[in-house]
Amino acid sequence: MTAVKALREAWGEILVEMAQTNPHILVLDGDLASSTRADIFADAFPDRFLQMGIAEQNMAGVAAGLATLGFVPFISTFAAFAANRDLDQVRVVIAQPRLHVIITGGYSGMLTGKTGKTHQDVSDMSVFRAMPYMTVVAPADAVELRQALQVMVSQPGPYYLRLTRDPAPIIFDEGYRFGLGRGVVLRKGTDVAILSTGVQTVRCLDACDELESQGISPYLLHLPTVKPLDVEAIVRAASETDAVVTAEDHTIIGGLGGAVAEALGEHRPTRMRRVGVKDVFGESAPNEPILAKYGLSARHVARAARELIGRES
Amino acid sequence: MTINPTRLHELEDMARRVRRHILTTVHAAGGGHVGGPLSATDMLVALYFHILNIDPTNPQWEDRDRFILSKGHSCIALYAVMAERGYFPVSELITFDGIDSRLQGHPDMARLPGLDMSTGSLGQGLSPGVGMALGARLRNKPFTTYVMLGDGECQEGQVWEAAFVAARYRLGNLVAILDLNRLQQYGWQEPGGMRPPLDDPRRQWEAFGWQVSVVDGHDITSFVEALSTARQESDRPAIVIAHTVKGKGISFMEGDYSWHARVPTDVELARALAELELREVQP
Ligand SMILES: Cc1ncc(C[n+]2csc(CCOP(=O)(O)OP(=O)(O)O)c2C)c(N)n1
Repeated sequence: MTAVKALREAWGEILVEMAQTNPHILVLDGDLASSTRADIFADAFPDRFLQMGIAEQNMAGVAAGLATLGFVPFISTFAAFAANRDLDQVRVVIAQPRLHVIITGGYSGMLTGKTGKTHQDVSDMSVFRAMPYMTVVAPADAVELRQALQVMVSQPGPYYLRLTRDPAPIIFDEGYRFGLGRGVVLRKGTDVAILSTGVQTVRCLDACDELESQGISPYLLHLPTVKPLDVEAIVRAASETDAVVTAEDHTIIGGLGGAVAEALGEHRPTRMRRVGVKDVFGESAPNEPILAKYGLSARHVARAARELIGRES
Repeated sequence: MTINPTRLHELEDMARRVRRHILTTVHAAGGGHVGGPLSATDMLVALYFHILNIDPTNPQWEDRDRFILSKGHSCIALYAVMAERGYFPVSELITFDGIDSRLQGHPDMARLPGLDMSTGSLGQGLSPGVGMALGARLRNKPFTTYVMLGDGECQEGQVWEAAFVAARYRLGNLVAILDLNRLQQYGWQEPGGMRPPLDDPRRQWEAFGWQVSVVDGHDITSFVEALSTARQESDRPAIVIAHTVKGKGISFMEGDYSWHARVPTDVELARALAELELREVQP
């Protein structure tokens, strides 16, 4: 049985641990702590948990002000609000002066616990990737998240951290080393490369199992940061297989799929398929029907891989 | 924090110098704002030469008072004041709005040491001020954070998000200054400018739990007094509502919205500078 942990819960717990030795860490909440699990931090450090109310634009500005005093503030709200409601504030007072603020988008992607399109965000990575100076981090599991947090807290600058709501299997062991702009090869096949980010990588591992059972040899590259992007690893994956499928719980425009297409277009044109949300908003429903309807499941990834290499019957 | 007559005379003199810098710099750059900077000049001079606990030779000094010009488009006035105060040479003003200049069209803290926050997108400055005041409390720092707002700017909802949180956290170390000149860029241009409820900012800010005082923003003595009173209360943020005149100091610019961001012609510049000189000889 693999261990399972929701990224939001891991985030709250890891921050509490880190805050014990790092007095600069603060958490600002947009009245969602019980969902985002910032409440774990609030319980442990009530004085370092700042309730900003339902006012995300102000929250971004307050975080900027705190950052100028040497604090490391986490802004915590849903991805849908973090990447939309406060965007001009993030641009002007966080990104432009390169302040050390970690914008934490909980409940990213389509799987937001039956809240529907207002609370789903499928363009957060595109939006923040396009914003100068912003680093975009989407960990696959709690182990990677822990390491990513250590890097983000110790290296100043503006970050967008993409988290998800539901329990997800732990896929990395404790020996794993996260690096900004460093992809990780999880399968070393030769027929087709699957490139993914965030928790979607877990579903891609299942897709690889399916492909292998059909006699297809998949390469799997996990990219925890769409910016900076590990172009070298992407080109290597393309060179090994001559066929690249990207997969993300996010729009195929401008996020991982867009970034990979741009990189390969410039450095090694390669046939491609982008698996992700196809320029539509979502709806409220349980996870499985959502993954099935919007083409995000492991089976969709596997099918796209077979189609790309002409092995779909 | 009272001001004796000699000191007052010096500050008024400085304000005239700053107004000259504003006009000549915008004229030379062929761009920039004029009306809002002139409206804020006397208050900026009072702040940087009499109120703020700052050290221009050590702009990152941790315990300095913080100042945020939320109405960032008025930055040429701030640059002129900072130059006169010794943050950088007055001769650098000529680089305003030029390529690679530290004196950007809107304040850029990543370029110019001494700027405590980048601004320019209106409505945003009070929130970082709240962050600084909260941070000062968490770090046990005695400094005060000042934020200057435009009246038009207060049409932005974010200002009120920040006003709410500042009162909720009882930020007695936060002081806002409202440059109430009743005009904005285009807005409502009739004489007297805006209409209620913005005409009654006192009631608005009081309703949000702020300590409010109302002064003439061109009367340096009462402005300074209002600020020292504002700082005395320890568990409420304070706002000094300063009645001002947009384009103040130049007769043909005063109260005319069209001077918000207009570059004076050579003739207009000469007339304006002559007016400032005239004021110098008859205080
Ligand atoms: C968010 C935003 N919207 C519009 C502008 C363009 N703009 C610059 S100054 C200004 C008017 C500001 O009026 P006010 O705050 O009253 O300042 P003042 O009259 O003192 O110049 C406008 C609309 C801006 N800078 N930011």
